[in-house]
Amino acid sequence: MSKDVAAKAGEAQQYDRSKVVQIVHSVIAKMEGLSGEALNNLSSELQDLVRAIENTRAELAAARTQDLGLKHVPTATDELDAVVDATKSATDSIMSACEAMEKMVAGRGDDIEQKVIGEVTKIYEACTFQDITGQRIRKVVNVLRQVEGKVNHLLETLGHGDGGEHPLAVASEKDTRSEEQKLMNGPQLPGNAISQDEIDKLLAGF
Amino acid sequence: MPVDKNMQVLVVDDYSTMRRIIRNLLNQLGFPNVDEATDGQQALSMTGTKKYGLIISDWNMEPMSGLELLKGIRGGSNDNKTVPFIMVTAESKTENVILAKQAGVNNYIVKPFNAETLKTKISAVIGDF
Repeated sequence: MSKDVAAKAGEAQQYDRSKVVQIVHSVIAKMEGLSGEALNNLSSELQDLVRAIENTRAELAAARTQDLGLKHVPTATDELDAVVDATKSATDSIMSACEAMEKMVAGRGDDIEQKVIGEVTKIYEACTFQDITGQRIRKVVNVLRQVEGKVNHLLETLGHGDGGEHPLAVASEKDTRSEEQKLMNGPQLPGNAISQDEIDKLLAGF
Repeated sequence: MPVDKNMQVLVVDDYSTMRRIIRNLLNQLGFPNVDEATDGQQALSMTGTKKYGLIISDWNMEPMSGLELLKGIRGGSNDNKTVPFIMVTAESKTENVILAKQAGVNNYIVKPFNAETLKTKISAVIGDF
């Protein structure tokens, strides 16, 4: 790819309105060389295009899309962050209670100590849910933030934004993660993952 | 050769709750000396100053992941270069397991796990205890 072509491809990523105006002027200039049916057809198609753009802008305004990008999504991500914090706090309280119970029976050396430790172990195992749910919720939060960025970018382009460029709008355009970071996609949903038994077999095959 | 349960174990995870769970389970299994690190970078730094008998690490951490930590340790030159390393992670895709193995992991536990699985995998890398 030549530098000129690469530069044009880069320009194509810019969706600012001034670019649209430039294109319109370019089309008008070309229309000056046309006449008769060809001119009428092109003019009609351009009017259809203008109507489609105006309809889209009106629909976005009617749907209160600004609320989605500027209010609803940020609120939803905050709510989900709060869920993670609350479950972590609850899990820490459960863990503290378990540790206290372990200390109460420590050194007894009898059946009761073994039974209490056995039950406490089950609670520890169950508490691993907090780590898994936390990671799952954070994945959802990241997706919501990408949606937020896309919506705000779209609003900016169509003139419905808040005037300032949203910092996430550009950042969410492409995946800028390193190859190492792209490997971190867990926890996988059932069906997209392999089991502990399958992992054991895989490792044994090396 | 009997397992020295007084050896230093390093638990690496960015979730404090998970570090606490693994530490408590290790204590129950008879391993009292457990250090904690919140990410690969901190763990790598700790392995530069202390000899560990076992490292149990999460994968998904910032700024340095568990895989980068593993590569850093195996590519290093200190006493921990060959330390038994168990990855405990929610990353359960075949690709991840293969990459971890190629980087020198000794065993791999997928979250959520139970105490029996932890014990079994530790035994597999350091011997029965």
